[in-house]
Amino acid sequence: MDVLMSDILTALIRIIVVFALALLTVAYLTYLERKVIGHMQVRMGPMRVGPHGLLQPIADGLKLFFKEDIVPTEGYRLTFYFAPILCLVCALILFAVIPFDAKFMISRLNIGLLYILSIASVGVMGIILAGWSSGSKYSLLGGLRSAAQIFSYEIFLGFSLMGPLMIAGSLDLVKIVEAQSVPFIVYQPVAFVIYLIAALGEINRVPFDLPEAESELVAGFHTEYSGMKFAYFFLAEYANMIIVSAIATIVFLAGWKGPILPGWMWFLIKMFIFIYFFIWVRATFPRYRYDQFMRIGWKIMLPLVLANIFVTGVVILFIGGY
Amino acid sequence: MSYTEIFFYIFAVLSILFALLTVTRRNAVHAAICLLLTFFFIACNYVLLEAEFLAAVQVLVYAGGVVGLMLYVIMLVRKDEADEVRQSLGQRVIAVFIAILFVLEIAFISLLAYYGNYSGFLSSKMAQIGGNTESIGAVLYTYFLLPFEVVSVLLLAALVGAVVLAKNRIER
Repeated sequence: MDVLMSDILTALIRIIVVFALALLTVAYLTYLERKVIGHMQVRMGPMRVGPHGLLQPIADGLKLFFKEDIVPTEGYRLTFYFAPILCLVCALILFAVIPFDAKFMISRLNIGLLYILSIASVGVMGIILAGWSSGSKYSLLGGLRSAAQIFSYEIFLGFSLMGPLMIAGSLDLVKIVEAQSVPFIVYQPVAFVIYLIAALGEINRVPFDLPEAESELVAGFHTEYSGMKFAYFFLAEYANMIIVSAIATIVFLAGWKGPILPGWMWFLIKMFIFIYFFIWVRATFPRYRYDQFMRIGWKIMLPLVLANIFVTGVVILFIGGY
Repeated sequence: MSYTEIFFYIFAVLSILFALLTVTRRNAVHAAICLLLTFFFIACNYVLLEAEFLAAVQVLVYAGGVVGLMLYVIMLVRKDEADEVRQSLGQRVIAVFIAILFVLEIAFISLLAYYGNYSGFLSSKMAQIGGNTESIGAVLYTYFLLPFEVVSVLLLAALVGAVVLAKNRIER
């Protein structure tokens, strides 16, 4: 019984540490994004609250917390509350399987990668439901777009991870990292590029933020949301950004592996390179049109990614392993 | 009672509860949400049975994919129309027949598992040898290759059929 209790206790401590850090990082990512984009556009970004605006995320959080909670009369109340919670919960429980170091993770699953893909596919349901339950045309259009976008880009995301998986021979995130004496980005450059593009589509980030598209749909699926419920969507978006970067780090850049520095530090450095990349893209590219977006996916990325899987399979067959 | 048993009863009760809600909700979207939760709790029970791969695929394909596509279609139905739509298809006899068939099938399987040695091809012992995913892959591409290929061809046919139907409508 004592062994069980201590097991539960260590697990609890890990959960608290990971989630506290994740939420803090998510809050400060908003600050980072505003600052980086500000400097890229020759502005200062937030400067007022605290030195260099460092307390801005906390002020934002407090403001959202005390805002009035509005439910549209046309909307479905229960679903309207359920949608942002589903979004945030699905984004946060993904942190449970991310190995930040050879030893430090909440739980090691032998189907880690599949778990991430499957929970993420449920998470997007929150966006669709939000669009529907708001009872507004703009939200509904945002939700519909989001559904079509994510169902197609999920396929490319999964397929682009297939090549590295075939080389690693496991779905276990720890084993995937251990299999990389050379980072998989060297063997799988095509899969890496397709993964990055598909990830942008999957997490609704700028060139592919069609469900939000503020110039056409006001704010898409979260037009009607205010206060904490809006904050949930916001947090979920940034948490997803971290998760997507973490998977890219684990699958393509050999996770925590690296010389001199401790493993978790390498992991964070690599992860933040990807996060910076996503912010950078936002400051650089304009939004794609909807038909262009779908054409990129189905007519360019799908054949490429299938060819990549095929070639990887043939090479593995002839060079060895299985 | 062991922890596994406690969790099993929690998940079982919840999946049955949401399955009942799925068929009793008048609003189609609410029914779809309940269906999503049903699939999710069934996946939880798969995890308890040490079939992690099956659980993940259950969530990925059914909860994520199928319910998502259902929602996509349901969302296009107008709100006031959706509330007034007829709830019965008038196929009560067939439904009862299929339900009885399912109950008999499940009873048959449970009896086999209880009395005989037919406790399933992929037992948890097998999963421990090479892991769940590996053993499913190995069995699927050797022992069950023909059924697997037949199912793939069937799905391909459905895919082509869907494209043909959609294309005809666009050209008209």
